[in-house]
Amino acid sequence: MKQRSNARTLLNRLAPFLGLILVLALFSLIPEVQARFLRPANFLSVATQSVIVALGALGMTLIIIGGGIDLSAASNIALSSVIAAYAVNAGLPLVLAILLGVLTGGLVGLLNGLLITRLRLVPFIITLGMMGIARGVAKWIANNQKIDAPLTWVNDLMAKSPHPPWLLVSPGIWLMAVLAVLLAAVLRFTVFGRHVFAIGSNEATARLCGVRTDRVKVAVYVISGLLCGLSGIMEFSRLTVGDPTVAVGLELDIIAAVVIGGGSLNGGEGSILGSMIGVFIMSFLRNGCTMMGWPNYIQEIIIGIIIVAAVALDQIRHRRGA
Amino acid sequence: MIPASDPAPVLAMRGLTKRFGATCALDGVDLTLGRGVVHALLGENGAGKSTLVKILSGALRPDHGEMRLDGRPYRPSDPLAGRRRGISMIYQELTLAPHLTVEENVMLGREERTAGVLRRSESRRKIRETLEFLHHPEIGLDTPVRRLSVGARQIVEISRAIMDRARILVMDEPTSSLTREDTDRLFQVIRRLRDEGVSIIYISHFLEEVQEVADAYTVLRDGRVAGSGLMAGTAQDALIQLMVGRPVTELFPRLERRPAGPALTLEGLKGANMAEPVSLEVRSGEILGLAGLIGAGRTETLRTVFGLDDTESGRLAVAGGPAGFPRPWARIGLGLGLLSEDRQGEGLALNRSLADNITLSRLRPYRRRGFLSVRGRVKAASRWMEALRIKARDANQPAAGLSGGNQQKVALARLLHQEASVLLLDEPTRGIDVMSKAQIYDWMSRLAAEGKALLFVSSYFPELLRVCDRIAAFHRGRIVETRAAADWTEETLMAASMTGKAGA
Repeated sequence: MKQRSNARTLLNRLAPFLGLILVLALFSLIPEVQARFLRPANFLSVATQSVIVALGALGMTLIIIGGGIDLSAASNIALSSVIAAYAVNAGLPLVLAILLGVLTGGLVGLLNGLLITRLRLVPFIITLGMMGIARGVAKWIANNQKIDAPLTWVNDLMAKSPHPPWLLVSPGIWLMAVLAVLLAAVLRFTVFGRHVFAIGSNEATARLCGVRTDRVKVAVYVISGLLCGLSGIMEFSRLTVGDPTVAVGLELDIIAAVVIGGGSLNGGEGSILGSMIGVFIMSFLRNGCTMMGWPNYIQEIIIGIIIVAAVALDQIRHRRGA
Repeated sequence: MIPASDPAPVLAMRGLTKRFGATCALDGVDLTLGRGVVHALLGENGAGKSTLVKILSGALRPDHGEMRLDGRPYRPSDPLAGRRRGISMIYQELTLAPHLTVEENVMLGREERTAGVLRRSESRRKIRETLEFLHHPEIGLDTPVRRLSVGARQIVEISRAIMDRARILVMDEPTSSLTREDTDRLFQVIRRLRDEGVSIIYISHFLEEVQEVADAYTVLRDGRVAGSGLMAGTAQDALIQLMVGRPVTELFPRLERRPAGPALTLEGLKGANMAEPVSLEVRSGEILGLAGLIGAGRTETLRTVFGLDDTESGRLAVAGGPAGFPRPWARIGLGLGLLSEDRQGEGLALNRSLADNITLSRLRPYRRRGFLSVRGRVKAASRWMEALRIKARDANQPAAGLSGGNQQKVALARLLHQEASVLLLDEPTRGIDVMSKAQIYDWMSRLAAEGKALLFVSSYFPELLRVCDRIAAFHRGRIVETRAAADWTEETLMAASMTGKAGA
């Protein structure tokens, strides 16, 4: 009995992994793309492409576990990239410009958190509003066009071949990996992490147990905002311009990654590892489909099916487990 | 009152057996239900009551055995088939759509219509007649169900069953969230239905109520019939003995207590949701009961004390000192702990593990340089699970899978783990099985003997009288009178709670 339940939990943990392996296996078995798909260089390029969504998904995982949602994530990414580019052009030192971009993300998160806890409105509404506000401010600051910025070492952050070469992979990938490990540890091993889970599972219980729910929620949105800011810097690095119209609709990719990885929109469930796998499932699918020469709409359909299937499977496993 | 019983049984169940894998949920159970009889189905959690009822409704099929309805074989393929034969279930969790009106709920799924157009006036007349028959004409047909009290919602459910021409009504813990007043009105309804020839299977943990309303009983234990008979002349202790399988030596243990200095003092404390300011004092090493009807302001008083509701005026002292910031985290720091009356909605995080639930209010011991020890928490949780005899796989199991009694023990374990010195217990024994109740009484007595202060809110006066040292009776937000428990009786408590006059 006990052994069976252990086996079941193991299976539950591994389920998103199996999905990723399935996607990898699928393209590895198709002769036309096999050779190109399985090259290490391809894996590196997929990983680099994943950094922007992944950073957003790290924060979104925190928010979704805490029972919230953030629809403003993509607008926040665009705004942060615009602010960084603007600051560079205004003559600010590069490091300061980057810091300013990241802090802009944090500020948007702080506003989200404060509005949600003070106005007592659902996160969906607040962040839906913020989605428009942040996007609008970005366009306003950028005067509704791209902000060109000189090429600097910032652009190396997302380079496919790392500079300096002893890094093996681009700094962006390192950043993503380190932050993922850090956040996973925070969620699993800190008081703050327990409190986030408790709030998402049952906010009333958390309050009853002395959790300062409002504080924790604001902190969650600030952390997530900072990560979006960082993601915005990566976007800036990749595009070499600050573009206020970039990443439209990306918040849905980010949410999808978390959900595919086992996050529950009802809160209380989710994991960093799962969300990262969710990000990679989507990236490899896009990559594989592009190699196959399949049109965009096929990718969209497949990813749509995967989202529904992943959540449905999750539900079935839950019903069995209960 | 003589039940209008008919010698020919309306339902006969013979030799019902049901296995789930290795466990035998029912093992050759017989049950005979007379026409116009209220038949109590008793037993601890896991004794097989719900399996039996599910077989009756058609939700489960028995492995062996047969059922006869009016002498004819009855083999429902699904719950709809059961309903067509006149068997209606009224569940503990009500199954109404909260946003729809009373009329829409009652007619849901069988709207009367002509060529697809609703014939509302016809339906409305019938519903009104039914509500009148149930002595509840005050329930408005156009009221959204979410605005009704729990008691009124139950009446709506019963109306739905009656409109279905139900002949057998199964009620699963119908009074667990009702006030005493609503319970009495429900009993009137039950008697009315019985007199009309409807048979009722009544499942409840409240033995006093069962004895009041039921004509006959069947006790299940471990999937078998432990005993059955007529309720008249059967003592409560005999029923408990049948349920637990051994004599009840002492349901209400009483260790020696030595009340010391004041642990919690309220001076004219008034919270945002309290109708009146309240003054009271609990000493260390005593149990102070708060009696009253539901809505009398006892829960709101506890919530204000704990900082869940805002304080508007008055003073609160903990152990004679200032009570600090009026928020739960600060009050927990001063040694207060609250057990919520809403176990599922507020008391527990149901999809989190038992370890999480038990340790959430005191994570400090497991923190080292900001990081938590997972193993330490599981170990501590397991220790309390053992101490409280919580039946669960292990500390990593989600709280949702536990029975009501075990969930309540998890909620209590949290206060014990927290090492609270003032325990605010809001209806800790509501809707749980007899054994869990006995264990909770046992722990309360133990805690009081250890010098903790306990505030005990209960709407069930017999337990207050036997557990508490002193009892304060509430009426409409204020304390009518506080006396030693020995100086109250059920009648005087009821009178004080209902009239607000101290009286005799």
